[in-house]
Amino acid sequence: MSAPAPSMYDAAATAVAERLGLAKGKANLEVFAATLEELARENPDIVAVTSDSRGSGKLAPYGIALPGQIVEVGIAEQNLVGITAGLAACGKKSFGVSPSCFLTARSLEQIKNDVCYSDVPAVLVGISAGVSYGALGSTHHSVHDFAVLRAINNLIVVAPADNFEAREAVRAAAASDTPVFLRFGKAALYDLGDAPFALGKARVLREGDDLAFIATGETVVHCLLAAGHLAETTGRQCRVISMPTVKPLDTEAVLAAAAECGAIVTAEEHMVHGGLGEAVAGVVAQSDFHPAMRIMGIPDEYTVTGSQADIFRHYGLTMSGLAEAAGPLLEKRRPAPTPA
Amino acid sequence: MTTTSSDLSDQQLAAKAVALRREMLQLIFRAGAGHTGGGMSCMDILNALYNRVLRVSPETFGDPGRDRYVQSKGHCVEALYTVLADRGFFPKSDLETVCHYQSHYVGHPTRHIAGVEMNTGALGHGLPICLGMALAAKMDRKPYRVFTLLGDGELAEGSNWEAALGAAHYQLDNLIAILDHNSLQITGYTRDVMNSEPLDEKWQSFGWNVRSVDGHDYAELGKALSDPPEPGKPTFIIANTIKGKGVSFMENNAKWHHRVPTEEELEQALAELDEAEARLKEVTR
Ligand SMILES: [Mg+2]
Repeated sequence: MSAPAPSMYDAAATAVAERLGLAKGKANLEVFAATLEELARENPDIVAVTSDSRGSGKLAPYGIALPGQIVEVGIAEQNLVGITAGLAACGKKSFGVSPSCFLTARSLEQIKNDVCYSDVPAVLVGISAGVSYGALGSTHHSVHDFAVLRAINNLIVVAPADNFEAREAVRAAAASDTPVFLRFGKAALYDLGDAPFALGKARVLREGDDLAFIATGETVVHCLLAAGHLAETTGRQCRVISMPTVKPLDTEAVLAAAAECGAIVTAEEHMVHGGLGEAVAGVVAQSDFHPAMRIMGIPDEYTVTGSQADIFRHYGLTMSGLAEAAGPLLEKRRPAPTPA
Repeated sequence: MTTTSSDLSDQQLAAKAVALRREMLQLIFRAGAGHTGGGMSCMDILNALYNRVLRVSPETFGDPGRDRYVQSKGHCVEALYTVLADRGFFPKSDLETVCHYQSHYVGHPTRHIAGVEMNTGALGHGLPICLGMALAAKMDRKPYRVFTLLGDGELAEGSNWEAALGAAHYQLDNLIAILDHNSLQITGYTRDVMNSEPLDEKWQSFGWNVRSVDGHDYAELGKALSDPPEPGKPTFIIANTIKGKGVSFMENNAKWHHRVPTEEELEQALAELDEAEARLKEVTR
């Protein structure tokens, strides 16, 4: 008898999701592959480049449907990024697709120089990102990617939170004249509503002034559930901001949250160093607002062994953990300064 | 429509190379920085490319069908700037500012400069990029060719060998990699630092068509660069060169890898180049 697959959502979280009317969607990776295929059928210049990764990138059907628009480079991520850049420099809309752990570490110099510094309109797609690979361990986790990519000039860094964001992000990346990095996980996600999507813009998923959750990627849903849970149990109204674009950051949305909510909890499937949380902190620390803040993510340690769900629970990135993290901030919520 | 470069004879190219070397040394002296030895060793290759082989000109640089040249050994940018200026991609007076405060002319190639295809400088990047460019040409059924220039020290970078596999796998006979085989790198002889010989056998075994030439002989260089490829195979040209070529005290001396000449050294070097020019005129007369 095998144990049931661990879920991100315990009974309480599932109940909140139901009461919020959230519908279950697919994995973002599947949406990425389907959207890319759709776009590639219309645009023969779209080329997917894979490093023995078409299976994990859900691109096997794409490869069968459009064999002339996929390039296999073998297990060679540096070559993958160089080739992706060369294709883009010669008029192709190239998407270099590889597990984020390898793509953003092994071939970081190619990302920095061949794509960003040379300013070619390539798209880099980090698949099975964050801790999607779960128990495969730290070699396969990419909890460093925001940090390293944020430190590189001329790169739009996007981590979609649901299928809608994923679809829109792929379309926006395909239309972008400058380099874009897309980060996708492989867990099925809830749909989080239809607030409009644009590169560089936050999506406010839930209004509220008692505290703001600012999150990106697959942690956003857990913030939404935590806000629902807090409203139900304490009556506090928390704003939930999905920040699909980690860089350039929507500073306006961050400052509005700092001013109006006075307390911020950030969440990300990333190390607490150098990711969304520190980006938000950097903005508010240099503003007139000094909200209470808590950065939720993976601490500076090798990630605990377990599934993605286990890891999220372990580090408080699920509904109960995030609600718990918000608790003390809600207590000592500081009011925004009144203008002189 | 792309046009081929001017039809200079081997002797005319050799005479031009003396002038180019002179200009490059002056550029490096003014900039107070530069890769002198490697620039001198690859100057004849660049001269042959831009003045005989490449189907690209200042007028056709925006043409999608132009030949591409990516200088993987980006540190020899002074040689590239000198050749591009001579070819009319930008005014020679621009070169007064190389490496100066707020100049667009950085100490490695960037696409801000007319004629430069990609930003290079970190080694082991040019060949994978060119693989992508050559693939794009094949996909679009365009006849342009893609050239890159590698250093021999650079071949220790593993990414070159990833691309060596990939280019042969995709049968990219529109891809030509040229090795500036001057046998030296910053620390000393490449064979002592990290031996990569036998290069001909290695590249052949990877599935490339290999051509070994004297990298300072325009007849040999021109032929190797212009002869049609072996169908289905990328071309690897081992251009045997002399680091510091053209100035006696710079030749085969690793110290000149990135040394900037003093005023006296510059004068002496220019005098040697003047003599070489006079000898060439004697021969052609
Ligand atoms: Mg060398």
